[in-house]
Amino acid sequence: MVQTGSAAAGGLATPVLEVEDLAVTFARRGEQPTRAVDGVSFSVAPGETIGLVGESGCGKSVTSLAVMGLLPRRGVQVTGSVRLDGQELIGAPDRVLRSLRGADMGMVFQDPLSSLNPTVPIGTQVAEVLLEHREMTKAEARDEATRLLDRVGIPDPARRLKEYPHQLSGGMRQRALIAMSLACSPRLLIADEPTTALDVTIQAQILELLRELVVDSGTALVMITHDLGVVAGLCDRVHVMYAGKVIETADRHDLFARPRQPYTGGLLASVPRLDSGRGTPLTPIRGSAADAIPWAEGCAFAPRCDNAQDDCLTEVSGSTVPLEPDGPGRELRCRHPLEHPSAPAGASAFGTDAPGAAR
Amino acid sequence: MLRFIVRRLFQLIPILLGLSVLLFAWLRALPGGPAQAALGERATPEAIAQYNELFGLDEPLYVQYFRFLGRAVTLDFGNSTQYGRPVTEVFLERFPGTIELTVLAMIFAIGVGIPLGYLAARRHGSFLDSASVVGSLLGVAIPVFFLAYLLRLLFAVELGWLPGSGRQDVRIDATRITNFYVLDGLMTREWDAAWDAFLHLILPAIALGTIPLAIIVRITRASVLDVVNEDYVRTANAKGLATATVRRRHVVRNALLPVSTTIGLQTGLLLSGAVLTETVFAFGGVGLTLRDAITYRDFAVLQGFILMLAVVYVLVNLLVDISYGLLDPRVRVR
Amino acid sequence: MTALGDVKRQRIDELAARAGQLPAGEGGLSLTRSAFRRLRRDPVAITGAVIVLVFLFVAAFAPLLAPRDPVSQYLLSEIRPGLIPGAREGFPLGVDNLGRDLLSRLIYGARQSLLIGVVSTVLGLVVGMTLGVLAGAFGGWVDTVVMRFVDIILSIPGLLMAITISVLLGQNQYALMIAIAVVQVPVFARLLRGSMLAQRGSDYAVAAQALGVKKRRIVFGHVLPNSLSPVIVQATLSLATAIIEAAALSYLGLGDPDIARPEWGAMLANAQDFLSIRPALAVWPAMCIIVVALGFTLLGERLREALDPKFRR
Repeated sequence: MVQTGSAAAGGLATPVLEVEDLAVTFARRGEQPTRAVDGVSFSVAPGETIGLVGESGCGKSVTSLAVMGLLPRRGVQVTGSVRLDGQELIGAPDRVLRSLRGADMGMVFQDPLSSLNPTVPIGTQVAEVLLEHREMTKAEARDEATRLLDRVGIPDPARRLKEYPHQLSGGMRQRALIAMSLACSPRLLIADEPTTALDVTIQAQILELLRELVVDSGTALVMITHDLGVVAGLCDRVHVMYAGKVIETADRHDLFARPRQPYTGGLLASVPRLDSGRGTPLTPIRGSAADAIPWAEGCAFAPRCDNAQDDCLTEVSGSTVPLEPDGPGRELRCRHPLEHPSAPAGASAFGTDAPGAAR
Repeated sequence: MLRFIVRRLFQLIPILLGLSVLLFAWLRALPGGPAQAALGERATPEAIAQYNELFGLDEPLYVQYFRFLGRAVTLDFGNSTQYGRPVTEVFLERFPGTIELTVLAMIFAIGVGIPLGYLAARRHGSFLDSASVVGSLLGVAIPVFFLAYLLRLLFAVELGWLPGSGRQDVRIDATRITNFYVLDGLMTREWDAAWDAFLHLILPAIALGTIPLAIIVRITRASVLDVVNEDYVRTANAKGLATATVRRRHVVRNALLPVSTTIGLQTGLLLSGAVLTETVFAFGGVGLTLRDAITYRDFAVLQGFILMLAVVYVLVNLLVDISYGLLDPRVRVR
Repeated sequence: MTALGDVKRQRIDELAARAGQLPAGEGGLSLTRSAFRRLRRDPVAITGAVIVLVFLFVAAFAPLLAPRDPVSQYLLSEIRPGLIPGAREGFPLGVDNLGRDLLSRLIYGARQSLLIGVVSTVLGLVVGMTLGVLAGAFGGWVDTVVMRFVDIILSIPGLLMAITISVLLGQNQYALMIAIAVVQVPVFARLLRGSMLAQRGSDYAVAAQALGVKKRRIVFGHVLPNSLSPVIVQATLSLATAIIEAAALSYLGLGDPDIARPEWGAMLANAQDFLSIRPALAVWPAMCIIVVALGFTLLGERLREALDPKFRR
């Protein structure tokens, strides 16, 4: 069963994945090191789905690659702690990570065409996971691959096994990728923008597939997306990221009803909505992610924030705006959050209060 | 796949026709024309007039062209003024040597180039990497015949490790079957003849293979560097595959695609280089014969050889295209 | 509605500018300008450029730089079979087998070698580009005809093609230049056609068409200029091949027979016979060819990387 976010956060179930104070620094020779992920913490329980949300460049993909241990060794420094079923992954030898990847944790990527090897048949690409992690003969692996393709909804799987990625449609390819990542029934699945490159109708099908195969089978799912629609449809808890840090954490319902970080509010207000009336203009967030300032100077979002006050910037270098508890099951990194005085608990995500408050 | 091959074969027809027109026109445009080409530079005006009449050179050009084409199709390019024998006969006698040489050169270039380029990319930024980059730049900048001379001077003349001229020691009385000396030796079980012919191939092959080697190193390196950053390699790693599997199935296989296309183009370089290398090593293949043909103005040999070599070149490129289709499924299914 | 003070606002702007990593002005720079900006900071490209410039300088001022006349014979009394005098006072690199000052010949040789390289490349470039533009701009049957023609030229391996032309035109420096140029033609034609076709199908060209811009204006005003950068790169690289190719033709006895114009390739070819007596006679011209070829190659490769958006970060 799908657990409620607050229950998971309360620690009722042992989390599959615990990420603590994860930081990733890219240091190229002769260049200023850049901190792409900075002190990110979250955890996922079995059957729970969390969302990492933010604009491109906010560090959400780097976070996922760091969890999988897929970042290049050279020029990248990863600190903090990532535990999969209690086993520490940061600093673990490559051999150990390889035995876990594909078997206990799987990943689905954004662009299914470029993520599949163009010169190897789909069947081989599915079967090789099984051959790697399970004691199987080639024939068994092929049969299992056929079953897997069938399970992810690829028609005529026996024939598709012999086909190459370019012969499949976009949605099919993504299904095939999902089949590969689920081949060994991992405890954790990370999906990095799995629907971004797909048509809208296909997006819905893929999300439905993920819900069926992952969430309902008790696999923990980390959903990385910039699409609030995906969050609304699938995620139990949401972590909003900005410039490498988590700036707001909340249950899906709370987040949509009462966004506290002005950035979250801005994201919600940027989505066009049918019920807001034809005359109502959209309220975009000013500027772009490139306008962020270093967290050490205060709040990275301050230059784009309508709520920003003088104290959003610190005079003392290094003292940043902290991530603090903000009511039950919520955390917030903001000195001047949006206020929702009259918001009834559990109000519709699509009420009119959020954009109003952002203004 | 068969349709792909047939279509490519049909595409060759206009090219070969154009080529024949070009070389037909070429011989006609030469000072003295075909008569002089056939009879040599010291032919008397009477002899030329007689020749022109005999071969219908006073007829309209298109008639002459079709006669030329008809003979070319049956591989009849007239007689060599230098050897007094049919051009095709000379070609068939000399070409096996060049094939042996170019094949060994290519084996050298591929056998050294691909592993070296791959290692350089794997250790990106290391000494080996920088050395192979510098080396491959130098390899392209050095004139082939100069390199050949250096190799010959060092390994044949000074050190005396390897033979520096000819295709086989003249004292060996070997049986000729195919004119592939190494092959002949193996077929007739004259092991020493085969071994000696092979030794004669080594230095010219290294000289000839250097430019292709430099190019292959560079392309392999660049290609591997590209491929390791591909999303599908990340996927393969995300699947937890063993490092060896990732490299073999996902990196190398894809990285070799661009390398294999250049190998077809290398054939042109090899045939060009063979003229120079064979001259330096007095190696009796088509290259040396061409160079002699230039020196002695043996135009029939020039015309016939260049046309036949062009056909060989075009066919090799066709083969490469086909094998590319086998390697890359995306090409196959068009 | 913002409550930020002016001082803070300024500081934010300053920080934001730093964080965004946008050096002032970079955004508005044209492609070529920013490419040159990158090249100026690239040590490899600078090395290549310096080599090329030094040799161009030597070539341009050969009469002023050369200590002696390149054709006059000296020390003839000391030359006998198996002995060619080496370096000595007044002859820093010694003389060749005919007693001519090697250094002066190298300096004058730069002139001739670079001239052959530049003229043949420019010739190949102009003809190749014309064909490429014809094919790329008109498409259809023009494209088919031009490309078939180019394929025919391509079907004869480079040096063999050059030999064919050289034999036809006789032995002089113009024949040499034309022979090398012909080999370059297909390269430029295919390159320009390919990149023009890619540009023509690109969104901006389609957009311009949709806006009603005349076809000729699109082709010559937008498509052609944007297709030029690979051609420039190839021309730089071709200069290197042209010089090496000229040396090869000289070696085969198809070079320029005029002794008044020393040329590296001919010098090298000539020196092979004396390699065991005086290796310097071959080594120096060979070094000149290698270094110049390397200079053009380095410059060309880095130019490619600077101009190609794929290499940009």
